[in-house]
Amino acid sequence: MTPQDFIQIILFIAVLTGLTPILGSYMYKVFTGKKHVMLPVLGWLEGLIYRFVGADPVEETNWKSYTFSLLMFNFIGFVFVFLIQLFQAYLPLNPANLPNVSWHSAINTSVSFVTNTNWQGYAGETTMSYFVQMIGLTVQNFVSAATGIAVILAVIRGITRKSTDIIGNFWTDLTRSILYVLLPLSIMFAIVLVGQGVIQNFKTYEPVQTLQGGHQVLPMGPAASQIAIKQLGTNGGGFFNANSAHPFENPTPFSNFLQILAIFLIPASLTYMYGKMVGSARQGWAIFSVMLILFLAGLCLSLYGEYSTNPVFGHLPLMEGKETRFGITNSVLFSVVTTNASCGAVNAMHDSLSPLSGMVAIINMMLGEVIFGGVGAGLYGMVIFIILTVFIAGLMVGRTPEYLGKKIGAFEVQMAIVANLTTSVAILVFTAWASVSSYGLAGLHNTGPHGFSEILYAYTSAAGNNGSAFAGLNANTLFYNLTLGFVILAGRFGVIIPALAIAGSLAGKNITPPSSGTFRTDNWLFIGLLIGVILIVGGLTYFPSLSLGPVVEHLLMNNGISF
Amino acid sequence: MKTLLISLKIFLTFTVLTGIIYPLFITGIAQVLFPEKANGSLLVRNSQVVGSKLIGQQFDSVIYFTSRPSVILYNPLPSGGSNYGLTNIKLKEIVAARRHTFCSFNQLDSLTAIPSEMLFASASGLDPHISPQAALLQVDRIANARNFNDLCKLKLINCIKNLTEGSQFLCLGEKRVNVLLLNLETDKIQ
Repeated sequence: MTPQDFIQIILFIAVLTGLTPILGSYMYKVFTGKKHVMLPVLGWLEGLIYRFVGADPVEETNWKSYTFSLLMFNFIGFVFVFLIQLFQAYLPLNPANLPNVSWHSAINTSVSFVTNTNWQGYAGETTMSYFVQMIGLTVQNFVSAATGIAVILAVIRGITRKSTDIIGNFWTDLTRSILYVLLPLSIMFAIVLVGQGVIQNFKTYEPVQTLQGGHQVLPMGPAASQIAIKQLGTNGGGFFNANSAHPFENPTPFSNFLQILAIFLIPASLTYMYGKMVGSARQGWAIFSVMLILFLAGLCLSLYGEYSTNPVFGHLPLMEGKETRFGITNSVLFSVVTTNASCGAVNAMHDSLSPLSGMVAIINMMLGEVIFGGVGAGLYGMVIFIILTVFIAGLMVGRTPEYLGKKIGAFEVQMAIVANLTTSVAILVFTAWASVSSYGLAGLHNTGPHGFSEILYAYTSAAGNNGSAFAGLNANTLFYNLTLGFVILAGRFGVIIPALAIAGSLAGKNITPPSSGTFRTDNWLFIGLLIGVILIVGGLTYFPSLSLGPVVEHLLMNNGISF
Repeated sequence: MKTLLISLKIFLTFTVLTGIIYPLFITGIAQVLFPEKANGSLLVRNSQVVGSKLIGQQFDSVIYFTSRPSVILYNPLPSGGSNYGLTNIKLKEIVAARRHTFCSFNQLDSLTAIPSEMLFASASGLDPHISPQAALLQVDRIANARNFNDLCKLKLINCIKNLTEGSQFLCLGEKRVNVLLLNLETDKIQ
């Protein structure tokens, strides 16, 4: 690594840390109903939307109605995205004359985009019309991210309110997230991206006579508008098959820097907003520190994996599946950030990463996507780990566990365990099934331990709602489309519903004022405990499966063995 | 029932706002501020489109600089990489074969250190760049094939220098040369 490599990483961390309180306090104002800069610009539209849809913005509901609204809204999105894919050949804005999408691929894609996963079994430029990309997929990029923010807002209200069962209004949370946070940021970001060279047009695909006389057809389309929200909303579904490795999607090192930053921007700022909302900025920074430490640990291991020499390729820099303009450091940084944050966009092919770097990507997803995590999703996942941590700490010292003045009871811990188990069971059971069935093995691109890693990566990515892939695996088959679709649903709603149940239950409790005996959750002791619980509870479950895949591959590669 | 109705209406609202108005708005601004970039940074020679500045092309002629290996042979429909893992024996064999081809094609000693991007395929299959070192290794072969005298050869080396893009804002990204732009300039040398 050169000094320049380190400078790029340090710059990224510095800019991220600097922007966290700025966007965090803005979102605090937006979601607590205070005056903010966007109110004069778009406030009229918010009122208009409530009047048109017939929702009373003041009326708040209990956690069950809140969950019901959320599920209903997501279900409608699923049906719509499914149908327009099924009939895209008859719909407008299809200059490449792409045919209808197969039903199982359409199910998989709509489940995937509604849940903020954006797993893609298809190739964008040869499958989806501009109509589907815009009206189906771009919309879900916004609303699925807004759904994540809505859930964390409900959880925060559960923590801060007392003796009530009311945790908020899903429609206002959704509307404000889109109008005041996602939309303005996306507009700014999309324009900068076009300035760097990302395309944004409605032209037909451009046929080109190449310099030496060959033939090339360049894909076109409204890419920048979708890519901006794809990064900011931690969605990750590329406009093109190669995602952010495609020069039309990520043309320069600067666009790349901004795309990496955009992935972490909202999840990081939410920790600051969280601190302000629960009444102590330190609580937010404690969570931010946990995330940053886990991120750095993964980054170091991943860089070590890519920069160390191996007997197969010697000292050659490992440029397979990487782009010249990004080089190795920016590709590794992107891969760690995108798997930390349940984004799933890629600027290098993860399948060709060194075994250790591939393992870091898998572990990041296995830990429950809480290292910054998806927009909203990372933070409510982290709150679930915090509940487990105070519970375990409470057991150790023999006191009733408490978090921010709320007593943690059996119900909260049960829900936290349900959320945790749903994803681990989904990952391990389906990986096992695919590894021993002929239709599972049929999709493999690599053999040996790396083949197993391809399957493990796929189900881990689905359960974590990440969406990146060891893309050699041919997952556009009936078996993978349906099983992955199911795992995605389990990984999304199997966490959202318990999280909202926890919110409802906490809201009903009283707040005990802090005393000298209160177990503090904003100091280094707690940060250490929380990291420990995330690694042990979240990570240890998967140790055997990791041993069979990347660990053994790393050891074999270091002995010069290929398959 | 009320929830269903609100859900439908709010879904419709956001479909119009973020699915139609937002992309059209961005397209409008993009076409006014950066029309050339928004339309794909196309390169025109003799009033004919010869490609995009951002999308690499396949070059196997002796008179042109070669691009990186691409598993899709620079056909962008669809883009993608090899997805070979490092322990895949095929990757090991392909890299050895590419090293051999690159050395013999450019009449280089088989022990020459070849920049790694010429041995490994890119992620998108459309990588427009190679490193300046990889371009310099090809200068002799191209100069011979084009019967360049020493002055023209010097111009060729100067082209590589001029087209080398450094880091953005002093620290972001790697040194690189755009192969298509370089070949267009090469054609101009007399």
